[in-house]
Amino acid sequence: MTNRAPRGSKAAKAATSALHTLVEAPEVRAESPTRLAWRKLRRHRLAVSGGAVVLSLYFITIFAEFLAPYSLDYTERSKFLHPPTRIHLLDEDRRPSWPFVYGTLLVDPGLRRYQEDRTERYPLRFFAAGEPYRFAWVIPANIRLFGVEKPGHVFLMGTDQFGRDQFSRILYGGRVSMFIGIYALLLTLPIGVAYGAISGYFGRRVDDVMMRVAEIVMSFPEFYLLLALASVLPPQIPSSQRLMLIILILSFVGWGGLARVIRGMVLVLRELEYVQAAQAAGARVPYLLARHIIPNTASFLIVSASLGVPGAILGESGLSFLGLGIQEPDASWGKLLASANSIQTLTGSPWLLWPGAFIAAAIAGYNLLGDGLRDALDPRSRSGGGFGRSRRRRRA
Amino acid sequence: MLLGITLITFVVMQLAPGDFLSEMRMNPVVSPERIEQMRHNFGLDQPKPVQYLRWLGGLLRGDFGYSFAFQIPVLDLIGTRVGNTLLLNVSAFLFAWVIAVPLGIYSALNNYRFGDHALTVGALLGISLPTFFTGLLGLYFAYETKWLPIGGMTSVEYDFMDPFGKMADVAWHLVLPVIILGLGGIAGLMRQMRANMLEVMEQDYVRTARSKGLAGGVVIWKHAVRNAINPLITLFGFALGGLLSGSAILENIIGWPGLGNLLLEAVQKKDLYVVMGSLVIGSIMLVTGNLISDLLLAYVDPRVRYD
Repeated sequence: MTNRAPRGSKAAKAATSALHTLVEAPEVRAESPTRLAWRKLRRHRLAVSGGAVVLSLYFITIFAEFLAPYSLDYTERSKFLHPPTRIHLLDEDRRPSWPFVYGTLLVDPGLRRYQEDRTERYPLRFFAAGEPYRFAWVIPANIRLFGVEKPGHVFLMGTDQFGRDQFSRILYGGRVSMFIGIYALLLTLPIGVAYGAISGYFGRRVDDVMMRVAEIVMSFPEFYLLLALASVLPPQIPSSQRLMLIILILSFVGWGGLARVIRGMVLVLRELEYVQAAQAAGARVPYLLARHIIPNTASFLIVSASLGVPGAILGESGLSFLGLGIQEPDASWGKLLASANSIQTLTGSPWLLWPGAFIAAAIAGYNLLGDGLRDALDPRSRSGGGFGRSRRRRRA
Repeated sequence: MLLGITLITFVVMQLAPGDFLSEMRMNPVVSPERIEQMRHNFGLDQPKPVQYLRWLGGLLRGDFGYSFAFQIPVLDLIGTRVGNTLLLNVSAFLFAWVIAVPLGIYSALNNYRFGDHALTVGALLGISLPTFFTGLLGLYFAYETKWLPIGGMTSVEYDFMDPFGKMADVAWHLVLPVIILGLGGIAGLMRQMRANMLEVMEQDYVRTARSKGLAGGVVIWKHAVRNAINPLITLFGFALGGLLSGSAILENIIGWPGLGNLLLEAVQKKDLYVVMGSLVIGSIMLVTGNLISDLLLAYVDPRVRYD
């Protein structure tokens, strides 16, 4: 187990760092575990790119109102299942021009074929006034990143069967999908940690009973249990309450595995000398757990957090996909993908698969990040700092 | 253990507002007396603990209760579905193993070279693709190329085929879902295999085998791989849980008549005993899978002993 590096006084720290700048001696430099991990993580190219994907997804969902050309429930009924609008950079004479789109006409309602109407030309406008919205829920605004003058349309990723702009809905829906994982984690983590720590620390009978309970929850196929629990949600409740209940369900299904691992770690930790010393010194159990034991599971917790979020995202998407999660007119990536769940619609309008790509990107990003974190935080890891060096450090 | 499973299952279902009959109450054609009678027939007028004990008692005798919606015993309904789900999952599992183990070995032997990096990245991306996305992509692919059947488990002419033709037909329909479902499993298994191989290759006995002049192939296949595969067997139970969950959605997308699909229908119809039965059977499959993996491990690895 890595323990925290001994901390000197501030003055001593300043002195040593000054010394290091004077005498360049990287071999004796004592780096804190956190900084070491951070340095390793930054050298992990995959983890960095994963983190970048995740951050940019959060960015676009937070600023969805500004980035999306339309609002969540903007509906253009005459343009249902419209393919992605082509943005032209060349005009009729093949000369470069300011980006523009053509108006479209429905030529075959049966096959939903649209044709560009070359007589109508709408230039793309940036930072132009669009539909009004409230920035950060309070400030009224109507500036959007891009858009075209009405009655022109710009559907970057096509429209769904009601004529709603899919690109805009993906951005808004990402809020549910991307944040549900974090909220679920905020519930799962404390429950799992407290449960596992108590079970492992007291051991014996307490451990027996608590672990049997956890095992029962774990012995359901995860998604089966999710399905059954989601079916319990009453259909009439408002969507915000529904969202909270879904988060509750996701955490209920997810805490078991975490608790088990934490329990295993605590079983080992409580036998260590410094814990026994603290016990002898009269530390109370909650203090002992919170101060001495749980911090030592931190590196595992960080990794399991970054790998737990995609699990919750998947769970919510799966439920919404099957119509048991988020309800219309609200959107989440799973809900949006559900409109592609019919062979006729899918084959006629493959652009409805876009939300799936976003889900995959979010999960891949988190997985890459979590994988890198695991390497960076594991003192025995072989990547990042290189095999030889990390081994030497462990012995020191 | 199983008792706990059934209790949780029952409590979950009782949390649900309304029951199967609330829908019928909305229906003006059905008289209140008829509903009362049905309530009595299904035992829904009994207190909850009595309902639970009656259901549990039946369970012990292999009676899973009666489906409200289909009007046949739950076991008949579930029975055929379990077979289909197992067929799908076991095939996907074998497929994943057959692909993942060699890839993992290759990756470990070419540690940190291009092939290894490519496979590692591919595996991470593979884990990240949700089955409902790959399922839809697969369907689209099947439709565009017309190489594979689109969904379902059998063709329209299935009933007129001879037994051999029937088998071939089902197998033909299996290809797409097995690939999709196996894809997620491959990534995890491969990474595990790679890690195990790397560890085993550093062991003293591998060095000994090399230094006494055994051919590289013999060392790898006889000494390294056989030891590296053991931990994968413990993953078997874990992987089964993932597969079952993954197949629940996939069954819905491609219309595979399996347990997950049944559960979803039952959940939507509030068909109490079918949901409970599916949950219990699903858990039993998972627990059995874990048991099998423990037994297998003891069988292949003589160091493991259970007291």
